[in-house]
Amino acid sequence: MTALAQAQIANTTAVEGDHRVKGRRITPYLLLIPGLLWLVMFFVVPMVQLAIVSIESKFPGYPGYYYLDWNVFNYANALSEFWPQLLRSFLFAGLATIMAFLIGYPLAYAMAFKAGRWRNVMMICVVAPFFTSFILRTIAWRQILADEGPIASTLNALHLLPGGHITETWVAVVAGLTYNFLPFMTLPIYSSLERVDPKVIEAGGDLYANGLTTFRRVTLPMSMPGVLAGTLMTFIPAAGDYVNADLLGSDIDTKMVGNVIESQFFRVPGGFPTAAALSFTLMAIILLMLFAYTRRFGTEELL
Amino acid sequence: MTKVRFWIADHFVMIAAILVLLYLFLPVAYTFVFSFNNYKKSNISWNPEGSPTLAHWQNPCGPPGLCDSLVMSLQVGALSTIIATVFGSMIAFALVRHKFRGRAGANLLVFLPMSTPEIVMGASLLTIFVQGYYRVGLKLGFWTIVIAHIVFCISFVVTNVKARLQSLDPRLEEAAQDLFADPRSTFWRVTFPLVLPGISAAALLAFSLSFDDFIITNFVSGDASTFPKFVYVSYLRGIPAEANVVGFSMFVIAVGLTVAGQLISNGRKAA
Amino acid sequence: MMALFSKTSGSFREAKGDLRLEAVTKKFGDFTAVDDLSLTVPRGSFFALLGPSGCGKTTNLRMIAGLEQPSQGRILIGDTDLTGSRPYERPVNTVFQSYALFPHLTVRDNVAFGPKRRGLPDAMEKADAALKLVQMGHLAGRKPPQLSGGQQQRVALARALVNEPEVLLLDEPLGALDLKLRREMQVELKRIQTRVGLTFIHVTHDQEEAMTMADTIAVMNKGRIEQMGTPASLYDLPRTAFVARFLGQANMFEAEVVSSTADTLTLERAGHHFTLPRKRAAVETGTVLYGVRPEKLFLSEKAPTDLPSRMVTLGPGRIIDVSFTGVSTNYIVDVPGFGAASAFEQNLDVDPVHNRPGDECWLSWDQGHAFTVATETAEASTP
Repeated sequence: MTALAQAQIANTTAVEGDHRVKGRRITPYLLLIPGLLWLVMFFVVPMVQLAIVSIESKFPGYPGYYYLDWNVFNYANALSEFWPQLLRSFLFAGLATIMAFLIGYPLAYAMAFKAGRWRNVMMICVVAPFFTSFILRTIAWRQILADEGPIASTLNALHLLPGGHITETWVAVVAGLTYNFLPFMTLPIYSSLERVDPKVIEAGGDLYANGLTTFRRVTLPMSMPGVLAGTLMTFIPAAGDYVNADLLGSDIDTKMVGNVIESQFFRVPGGFPTAAALSFTLMAIILLMLFAYTRRFGTEELL
Repeated sequence: MTKVRFWIADHFVMIAAILVLLYLFLPVAYTFVFSFNNYKKSNISWNPEGSPTLAHWQNPCGPPGLCDSLVMSLQVGALSTIIATVFGSMIAFALVRHKFRGRAGANLLVFLPMSTPEIVMGASLLTIFVQGYYRVGLKLGFWTIVIAHIVFCISFVVTNVKARLQSLDPRLEEAAQDLFADPRSTFWRVTFPLVLPGISAAALLAFSLSFDDFIITNFVSGDASTFPKFVYVSYLRGIPAEANVVGFSMFVIAVGLTVAGQLISNGRKAA
Repeated sequence: MMALFSKTSGSFREAKGDLRLEAVTKKFGDFTAVDDLSLTVPRGSFFALLGPSGCGKTTNLRMIAGLEQPSQGRILIGDTDLTGSRPYERPVNTVFQSYALFPHLTVRDNVAFGPKRRGLPDAMEKADAALKLVQMGHLAGRKPPQLSGGQQQRVALARALVNEPEVLLLDEPLGALDLKLRREMQVELKRIQTRVGLTFIHVTHDQEEAMTMADTIAVMNKGRIEQMGTPASLYDLPRTAFVARFLGQANMFEAEVVSSTADTLTLERAGHHFTLPRKRAAVETGTVLYGVRPEKLFLSEKAPTDLPSRMVTLGPGRIIDVSFTGVSTNYIVDVPGFGAASAFEQNLDVDPVHNRPGDECWLSWDQGHAFTVATETAEASTP
């Protein structure tokens, strides 16, 4: 009798257990479906379509119509014609990322450790310029850096500005990129610094005594996930940007790959395949870099 | 003298941070100043004659299309924020709270849009809209903008909500269960209220990103125009100073609302 | 009986009586956290599970709470089998280690959380009464982050007590408090337990805390209960080397059993013979560990003479360390052939410390204080 009861109990709990596991098995998928379906329909499918377009050719005589002929020469042609712009994109984006790191880190650090109850206010301050609009702020930079503006005229008066201009040069484009993507560098660093216990840094100060060593040995490594995320969040959009080059740069030697893609799409008849091929090349290089990054640091760290 | 030097060393980081904030605000200040410019042809250089003028502040909706584009930006922002926040939070909960097959794939799918340059995402969306989805009656305009904005906002929401969920003490949920709360009430009475600040921060960020987006919008908007697109398009003809009025006002409203929200929640905490 | 298992989910289980664990095992992958553990905790007692971290005591607690399910075995209160039921279905509440107070709710709402979930109409009144019991009524409107550690601890206690659980679980509840506050809370907890008369199960690694409060202590090690009993009996007569070392201190050395009578055992080491009552020996043959607690030792500067036959003497040894602790002076004595032994002498003399390191000395003790336990190698090889 007891044995039977025992068996019964074991049975019931087992069934109950199974049911629970099953319930749990469905729940995550139910939670994922809407969002992931959206991403599949409006991210994956478009990317596949873009990949197809990048190996299509245009119908002679029918602008805007293309057929699939696995024309991989689109890539070769696009690269041989536009490699300077592509190279420039990565160069400018890299410079802007370094600048944004140098400017953004102290801000993130201050927000995390020095701001106290002003923390949230400072965070709002970082995001708030978004509301004035990216374009208006970039145009403001054009005014600030213009020849008659305060910076260029001062430097010119001191004869410190070779060429006499800031706008229409690469300096202006990199400055614009740095400025525009600074929040994307600052916020991830801030959120990883925020999780660091200030006592750990104090302990570091106790062990190393020197502020700079503490920073290098303790603070910086602990904020590394944020720094990694921040560099990606700055570098990637900067590499694909065309607004800064358009508004602050010249028509000759500061165009980036984004400008080429944009004009191939909107202004060059039959330019879709070239634009698509360039988009994919840009994407491929970024993914390669990302792959190297994730191999080194893991995806969970970055997300 | 040494006292001053110590003070500077002590506050070096804070001083640097304030300088950076000033740097962030400098173009906003320019936008503000030039909203009073009595310009002739284009609002690029300051015209001392007749400036400052309040003319542009008196009728900010004067230039055709300006306020329409602002309304569209707000609508797009609101819609895509709501949908992206709901979808993104759901994904974050699944990723943090459940073990399931295909987790790595889901993570990757969320991560990829964030690591795609806007121009590539815009180009791919434009391609699919004009070559594929137009067949089901989807024309470039308001809805394609909303669709595109949701795509890039979802990833940001997932990242933010995930971080909040991961830092949540699992013992709080255990305590709720221990106190007779079944899974449903554990979620709604404990987990959700505790994650809510993360969700609202994510929503705020999503709205800012949507409101400020230009590149993707430019690709998928067709004839429709959001505020950033309006500014960009009118750049060649000369941007009306009323755009500066609107841009600066939005900045002030955003700061005002968030600071007010902060004060209210501070007040609640103190009570 | 069967009606219990056809329960609808979310149903609360009334159960009264002793808490019983029957052959409970919990495995995490290959690791066995709790190993075939059986235990009965009488209703209304203050029971302590004592052991080092990782011994399985917290896992055990979590299984009683329902936060973990046993891999094998049953958990019952009275005749009600709780195995497989969810935490929210059990008449069991927990005071969590770091309190786990809900930061978004006021103190009063935290305490009323349980009664509200059970749909009790007077949840708020109950909460206020419970807060009064722990002397926290005046802070009912605060939020937990605004409270001190001790105050949070009281709220956590009230939040569990308000539900009048059949069994109240305390997971290292005083671990985060400073020493003085901990002493106060120990007394307070004992007072409350006596007053409400609930079964308290208290998990701790602090032997002093367990001894101060509990009626019964179970010492756990590696997923098993080593020994269970009243604090005094455990201390006086440990049955394993682990218990002897974990509860207080003990001088222990290996010795051979050389002869025995009906009432006594005689052991030998390095030419010395030790006799002890058979009822104080956990092991009676072969190589055993012979133990005696440091405060039972007398220290003398000359070889003691005229001692009663029940006294054991060891010496000469040499004092290698003296430390004064206030209540007592602790000596470490090196005895050739035995190694270091420690002896605590109460500071009764008017003239304080007079023995110095390097001095020669003899140790003696009443054989009625000695005990034997299995050697640790023998213990490890038993299944």
